[in-house]
Amino acid sequence: MSIEVRNIHKRFGNFTALNDISLNFESGQLVALLGPSGCGKTTLLRIIAGLEQADSGIVTLEGEDASISSVRERQVGFVFQHYALFKHMTVFDNVAFGMRMKPRAQRPSKQEIKDKVHELLNLVQLDWLADRYPSQLSGGQRQRIALARALAVEPRVLLLDEPFGALDAKVRKELRRWLRKLHDELHITSIFVTHDQEEALEVADNVVLMDHGRVEQVGTPEEVYNHPATPFVYSFLGSVNLFHGRVEEEGLRVGADAVPHTQDNFTEGSEVFAFVRPHELQIVTDTGYTQGVAAKVVRVLSFGVSARVELDGLDRDKDQHFEVELTQAQVAGLALTPGQHVRLVPSRLKLFDRPGYVSADAVSNPASV
Amino acid sequence: MAIALTPNALLGRRRGNSFRRSYSVLPGFNLSLGYTLGYLTLIVLIPIAAVFLKTSELSFAEFWKVVTAPRVLASYKLSFGASIIAAAINAVFGLMLAWVLVRYSFPGKRIVDALVDLPFALPTAVAGIALTALYARNGWIGQYVEGVLGIKIAFAPAGVLVALVFIGLPFVVRTVQPILEDLETELEEAAASLGARRWQTFRYVLLPILLPALLTGFALAFARAVGEYGSVIFIAGNIPLVSEITPLIIITKLEQYDYVGATAVALVMLLFSFVLLLVINALQAWSSRSIGGSR
Amino acid sequence: MSHYSHKTTRFERNLATREAPWVKWTLLTLSLSFFVLFLILPLVSVFFEALRKGWEVYLLSITEETALAAIKLTVLIAIISVPLNLVFGVAAAWLIAKHDFRGKQLLTTFIDLPFSVSPVIVGLMYMLVFGANGWFGSWLVEHDLKVIFAVPGIVLATIFVTFPFVARELIPLMQAQGRDEEEAAVVLGANGWQTLWYVTLPNVKWGLLYGVILSNARAMGEFGAVSVVSGKIRGQTNTMPLHVEILYNEYNFAAAFAVASLLALLALVTLVIKTRVEHRASSHFNASHMVPADINTLSPRVVP
Repeated sequence: MSIEVRNIHKRFGNFTALNDISLNFESGQLVALLGPSGCGKTTLLRIIAGLEQADSGIVTLEGEDASISSVRERQVGFVFQHYALFKHMTVFDNVAFGMRMKPRAQRPSKQEIKDKVHELLNLVQLDWLADRYPSQLSGGQRQRIALARALAVEPRVLLLDEPFGALDAKVRKELRRWLRKLHDELHITSIFVTHDQEEALEVADNVVLMDHGRVEQVGTPEEVYNHPATPFVYSFLGSVNLFHGRVEEEGLRVGADAVPHTQDNFTEGSEVFAFVRPHELQIVTDTGYTQGVAAKVVRVLSFGVSARVELDGLDRDKDQHFEVELTQAQVAGLALTPGQHVRLVPSRLKLFDRPGYVSADAVSNPASV
Repeated sequence: MAIALTPNALLGRRRGNSFRRSYSVLPGFNLSLGYTLGYLTLIVLIPIAAVFLKTSELSFAEFWKVVTAPRVLASYKLSFGASIIAAAINAVFGLMLAWVLVRYSFPGKRIVDALVDLPFALPTAVAGIALTALYARNGWIGQYVEGVLGIKIAFAPAGVLVALVFIGLPFVVRTVQPILEDLETELEEAAASLGARRWQTFRYVLLPILLPALLTGFALAFARAVGEYGSVIFIAGNIPLVSEITPLIIITKLEQYDYVGATAVALVMLLFSFVLLLVINALQAWSSRSIGGSR
Repeated sequence: MSHYSHKTTRFERNLATREAPWVKWTLLTLSLSFFVLFLILPLVSVFFEALRKGWEVYLLSITEETALAAIKLTVLIAIISVPLNLVFGVAAAWLIAKHDFRGKQLLTTFIDLPFSVSPVIVGLMYMLVFGANGWFGSWLVEHDLKVIFAVPGIVLATIFVTFPFVARELIPLMQAQGRDEEEAAVVLGANGWQTLWYVTLPNVKWGLLYGVILSNARAMGEFGAVSVVSGKIRGQTNTMPLHVEILYNEYNFAAAFAVASLLALLALVTLVIKTRVEHRASSHFNASHMVPADINTLSPRVVP
């Protein structure tokens, strides 16, 4: 089922949780709402579910205005961050709950409920736990039971609030893969909220990046990672080096240094932020070289597949730190020593206007996911 | 205890026009609000309002004369004085009892822990006659204290004190105990590693943490003691100007059909209770803040 | 609750939290002497005095007609007032714990109010409202209804003094449980009553029971408030605590203590159930994977 939210606003007291959110979620997709805590992603999810009411704006499910139907009628499956399993009921009773609550006329027979519960427990591979209580389950098992319970009412949409947030790293990775697989089997339109960029990029078909109650960018994982639309997206997805500079004829002026750049849609003299990923910086040890930003080596971390070099800017007022990612071979070739003066030359530089970034088109128009 | 009331909460309420709620998907707001308010009004608020309205039949001068009559003044002195002393005794021994229950193992500890609540569960009249039997001249305790030492307890102001200590006993224990239980041993380990002696650790590390709960327990015991009637009247002897508590003054006036006089004295006590309630709420807010802060 | 299964407490096993033996023994001696003096002796003396004149007198005292009438009335009062306050407690806790609205703090304070009112004043208040010269006095007389010096007055006074018990237990508990489970139930299609019955109440059943037994103990044992409104008509408006007083004032000590011993037994049973319930509640609580509880649940559970 497709979901559309249009011009959603939500305030809590003086705090603006959602500011004019418009999004389209296409049928059958798995979408991640990604952003730092407090960016409004959970609020948006709860508004779609009907657990929260927007101050203005509408939510349509399959073209129907959802605001006329109550939560109970929306047929959404919701998986809570802490699962909200009923502590006093067995796993079986938890999964059966939704079916048992139906009005008598629509309620399936006892046998039907039993079959359905076991079918779902098999789906989440936990049929053997049917008689246990939630307190006797591990975090990952609870998560899957919560999912089975949500699926029992045959939801048209599946909404998951930080589905892996309360799990430890290893289980989290396993469940991620499992959720993706499950989605490929069931094809229910699913939206999940996360603050973990790796999770969002790995699992979702599409990612909605949010910050301060606004949508920053919408796109496939590749699009948002490789072509960040805003400074926020750039810095939120992976580590990044930041320069403040001014666009000049010969390149970007950063303090006393000049850096070459290729983006020509900035007029000369405009003040900009420049972003460079750690692997997009080269270290030049040649002392005669004049291009790039001067820096001093602080530490070389050469373990793992790639090596990292931490550097400080030379401009003492600014207290700037840089991080460069190189291959082990490159680091060995450079033979850097702490304290050594080098120059950093970006192979790719992304510029954004400074100081105030004005929202791009993606924000005001309903963006397709 | 439940939500604490702070002055801010009162101010916050004044800004709002009525019971306005924010959106919740859980149903039953109007029904439960209506029922709660209706029941509260009927059972609690209307009767309390009656005290204020009845008192307004008196002019202020008349009111003042009633509530400051010598016999009434003597009863305040006894009720408040004995209550404060009883609460203080409970603070000392309650803290000690809580400490012993949390920190030490000893035979019969479960029973002691359960019986601490006896004054909550035992009807006050039963407590009253039992204490009287114990402290009367021929009682198990009275025969030594009065017979040998010559100190009169039953049918004297000291009897009032004994009864009030009894009924206030659980308050301090039950407010301090959970705080003591939740205390991290790391605090004391840190203090010890910094060279503090045991007494210093208690005085400078533990006591400040326990203080809000201790004061809350003290205030609760005090509030309960001031209004207590059942357990006191049997043991007090009820001699006017000597061992007559304020609640008894109200009863006496009622028996003489002096409704207005009884109500006037009741109003004084009621106002005092409300102030104490605010103090207790503030103490509890402080208490939960300081627990929160120590984690 | 502390665990008694260990021979020593965690504090005794830790060098940094251990006192010198003499300190420990002094504290134990002082506090336990206080405990025996103020709690055990009064309790024991009730039973001792009750049986002083032998079992025959004891049995006669509690099976005598006016005593039986007092017992019956006391049970009746509890049967009426406890369920009423139970329903109120659930409604108030549902309102306060599961909804946000302005005036919540004030409402909570009002619910606590009856704890801080002297029982004698409670009786007085109902006299002012329902007494012969009270607000509804003449109306009641016209319709031949009796509240004061009759059972309805005793019930009202009892409801007042036990008013907050159940609500007081449930509110912090239900707040600590949060709203997730209820929201999950609603998303799964449950209506309000179903949510309350199948999700909320099973989660707080021990707290509920705790509140009920405490309010029952207080309802059966209330003295001050009831003594003002009852009129103490033997065989009609005399509750057990009032009966004890009358017998005592008539110097019929053995009979007074015999009836008092029944009330003391009730208190002991209450404490036993309470301890059991607390134990069950805490194991129930610990077994469940709770989100860090509200700070309110950490503060003490005190019922005046």
